[in-house]
Amino acid sequence: MSNHTFILNGEKVSVEVEDNVRLLWVLRDVLGVTGPKYGCGIRVCRACTSHINGKAFNPCAVSVGDIKATDEITTIEGLADTVKKDLHPVQEAWLKHDVAQCGYCQPGQIMGAVALIKEHKKSGKPITDDDLDQIRNICRCGTYWRVREAIRDAADHM
Amino acid sequence: MPDPTTPAIPPEEAPGTSRRRFVAYVLAAPALAIAVRSGLINPFGDTAAAAEIARDGASSQSGVLAAGGSGPAIATTPQVFDYYDLSDLLTDSCRPTNNLLTLDVGHDGVVRFLLPRAEVGQGITTSVAMIIAEELDVPLHRVQVTLRDADPALLYNQLTGGSNTIHSLWEPLRAMAASARGRLSGAAAQQWGVSPSSVTTKDGAVYGPVGQVLDYGQLSAAAASSTTREVSYTLKEASQYKVIGTRVTRVDAVDAVTGKKQFAMDVKVPNAKPCMVAHGPHIRATPKSLNNQAEILKMPGVTHVGLIATGVAVRAATFGQCIDAVRAMQVSWNPGTVDTINNTEVARVLRSVELPMPSPAPGVETFEATFRFNFRSGSPLETNAAVADVRKDSAEIWSSLKNPIIAKQRIAEFLGMSADAVTVHCTTGGGSFGRHLFHDAAQEAAAASKLFGVPVRLMWHRTEDSRHGRVHPASVSRARAGFAEGSVVSWDMRHTSVATDYTHGLGEMYSGALTSQHYPGFPLSGNLTVAQGIYTLSAGMPYNVGQLTNFLNEHYDYDTFNTSSVRNVYSPDTATVRELMIDEVAKRMGLDPLEFRRKFLKSPRMLKVLNAVAERGKWGKKMAPGTAQGIAIHNEYKAVVVCLMEIDARPHTVNRKLKGGGYTGPRVTRVTIGADSGPIINPSGFEAMLMGGAMDGIAQALTAGLHYDQGLPLEGSWDDYHYTRQWNAPFVVDAFTVPSEETVPGGAGELGCGVSQAAAACAYSRAVGRMATEFPINFHKPLDFKVKTRTPPYPPSPNNGLKYVR
Repeated sequence: MSNHTFILNGEKVSVEVEDNVRLLWVLRDVLGVTGPKYGCGIRVCRACTSHINGKAFNPCAVSVGDIKATDEITTIEGLADTVKKDLHPVQEAWLKHDVAQCGYCQPGQIMGAVALIKEHKKSGKPITDDDLDQIRNICRCGTYWRVREAIRDAADHM
Repeated sequence: MPDPTTPAIPPEEAPGTSRRRFVAYVLAAPALAIAVRSGLINPFGDTAAAAEIARDGASSQSGVLAAGGSGPAIATTPQVFDYYDLSDLLTDSCRPTNNLLTLDVGHDGVVRFLLPRAEVGQGITTSVAMIIAEELDVPLHRVQVTLRDADPALLYNQLTGGSNTIHSLWEPLRAMAASARGRLSGAAAQQWGVSPSSVTTKDGAVYGPVGQVLDYGQLSAAAASSTTREVSYTLKEASQYKVIGTRVTRVDAVDAVTGKKQFAMDVKVPNAKPCMVAHGPHIRATPKSLNNQAEILKMPGVTHVGLIATGVAVRAATFGQCIDAVRAMQVSWNPGTVDTINNTEVARVLRSVELPMPSPAPGVETFEATFRFNFRSGSPLETNAAVADVRKDSAEIWSSLKNPIIAKQRIAEFLGMSADAVTVHCTTGGGSFGRHLFHDAAQEAAAASKLFGVPVRLMWHRTEDSRHGRVHPASVSRARAGFAEGSVVSWDMRHTSVATDYTHGLGEMYSGALTSQHYPGFPLSGNLTVAQGIYTLSAGMPYNVGQLTNFLNEHYDYDTFNTSSVRNVYSPDTATVRELMIDEVAKRMGLDPLEFRRKFLKSPRMLKVLNAVAERGKWGKKMAPGTAQGIAIHNEYKAVVVCLMEIDARPHTVNRKLKGGGYTGPRVTRVTIGADSGPIINPSGFEAMLMGGAMDGIAQALTAGLHYDQGLPLEGSWDDYHYTRQWNAPFVVDAFTVPSEETVPGGAGELGCGVSQAAAACAYSRAVGRMATEFPINFHKPLDFKVKTRTPPYPPSPNNGLKYVR
């Protein structure tokens, strides 16, 4: 066991856990942050998608030992705070389009969508169908169409 | 003063209006609590509807819709399904215990209902709250719907399946809410000393004739009764609805998008540490021994390890450490049930037990085909999961369960406790697709907690959820159409399937035990009897096709493969067969697929939905070579649904490459799906169900199948089991509700699936110019993935995730 420090949703946290435990389990099982979901554990389903220093990543595939003390980890729980609001514009769009069905994949979908929109805002390129096709988050309820609609809508409000 | 709009119904007022009045109960309680009566209100289903079908069938026989110089439609005799279907059966099975449902109006003005059904994403907590809000005139946010703990007294009234929740709860929910409104109004009128007919209700309050206002919370005590007694109530007319029929974002949406929504693994139970089970190298293999127990116990984080009936359970500080422990285990296994069986063998065996068909009549031209459907995974995104805390004399379980009563009873039996000693809490599920009809994870969690003597939070690894989880059974389906002089004169279908496991019965132990029964000299008989009953009650034939025979046979015992009813039972496959055959017969009769359907459909209700979808989806528009439209219809769950798909099967689309890999193939580019399912509670939720069903249908027709090899599916995650992904999803999905003349809501959850599988199959067949006969259509292509490890049973956890930050 060793000590690991990083910034989680704006606050410094320290945990005692083995280096090779994947960050997803540190978040969920050690810190009790359960927004990021387990869906495959091999970076395929993207249900655990969160942000590291503002960019999307999958904590199921990162050992906690590889996280630096200065790394800022944002999970769905901390997303709204990044814009200092009750809800992030992408979450608002998700509500407007009534995207969620069972909701299990939604934290990952939203965190992925935020990163995608940010990337396009930065490059100035519009989000095309091809870009939406690249989204790898699985929704087993099949709400893909509303995900597409909500992302296009949110992009106009970010 | 607010504008009160709904006249209150005084409870003691004598019947004098033209509206029907009913009777419920106010329960002896300090706050208002309402229950409905039990009993068989409508034991024979909606016979009026069936009579209408029979009549409509006869009327279309007159040939008013005749086209293309073909002969008349020859009426098909109504089937059992047309008079009494699975929806009727499930709803009637709830009636004897509907009196055990209660609606409470608290002193805080919050309306509470314990829902004896599973919320797994179908949106029933929203629809149920809307029905209550409507009849009670209370704001939606003041209605609290909570999933009810397993309650054996409810008998068959805690089963979630058959898209039947709203159909079965429509009457009791409205009865309770309307009775509560009447009691609250009467209590207010009494306090004000005014006539009950002079008060009105709105937004959770009663309004008096001169501006008096009392909130429901303030009236709850006065409206309550010290004895349980009958009260009469009057229901609103549909024309008065202000909540039902409006688009509502689901009640748990904010929790879902903020990460607050709780699933089984998010429930905080003290000391319930992560636990996983290593399952065998073949399905249903049982463990013989763990050969390195001491070594596993020494691994970081591990607290307990040991054998349970289905595998080797390990408990650790984190799930990651459970995964590491399972990967390090050296286990000896007993054989499984199908260690040497593969897909081809299954199909051969099924064909050999197919029920015979009658010989075609002389002078009748026939078209016959045999179709094959492969196993499909029912894996939701949340894997099998349950929390269990088994103590010396009692136990507590948390899991998403569609049959919680039988879970409670069977776990109690296993633990050697009375059912009363086992509390089973129902958590919201991250999808189900038939998985949660069974309590596989809860059973294992109970076993592990008992063995270890500590609480556990048990979750399946995705790879095992894919390989050992319950699947839609494979089937072979043979169909023959006979036609003469431009009319279809006969239709024969023989569906032969691997057994679907129905041993959950009607949700409790006795019907479950009867289903599991092997009667002497007749193996399979209990389950097969139920299977044939369900087939009969769900196999509609929307067309007039003359003489009809349609039978099911099943093979392999129910516990040979891990099967379940996966988002519809037989309908996706039988609808696909029927609609493909219809297209083929239409072609032979020189009719366009839409024209044929218009001519041969049984009822104006079906025709209306067909025309609405055809018009909205622009049937018949010019399509480029290699692309095509396909249209299909299905009637089930008291509903009619039509799906029109456009598919692109041109080589540059089929072979498109995706950055980062992924299975592509033909792409459905546009979906138009519309349904008449009676009065729709929440169109937004209903359309979501149609859309989701369409994505399942696309997957099952085009991309998603399980390859069994030496007793285990090769697919072990979402990168090899090709459920629809964003890059397979249509660019446009137009789901909509067709106005209905029905008065009772039909189904939603499963409704869109079968018709979409059929539409995708029809569109694909038309695009490539030949009828597809095996599904998914890519099943015999070389595997496009590297097969994951069989031993150890879980793949390694990657740790290169920082390379892919974007």
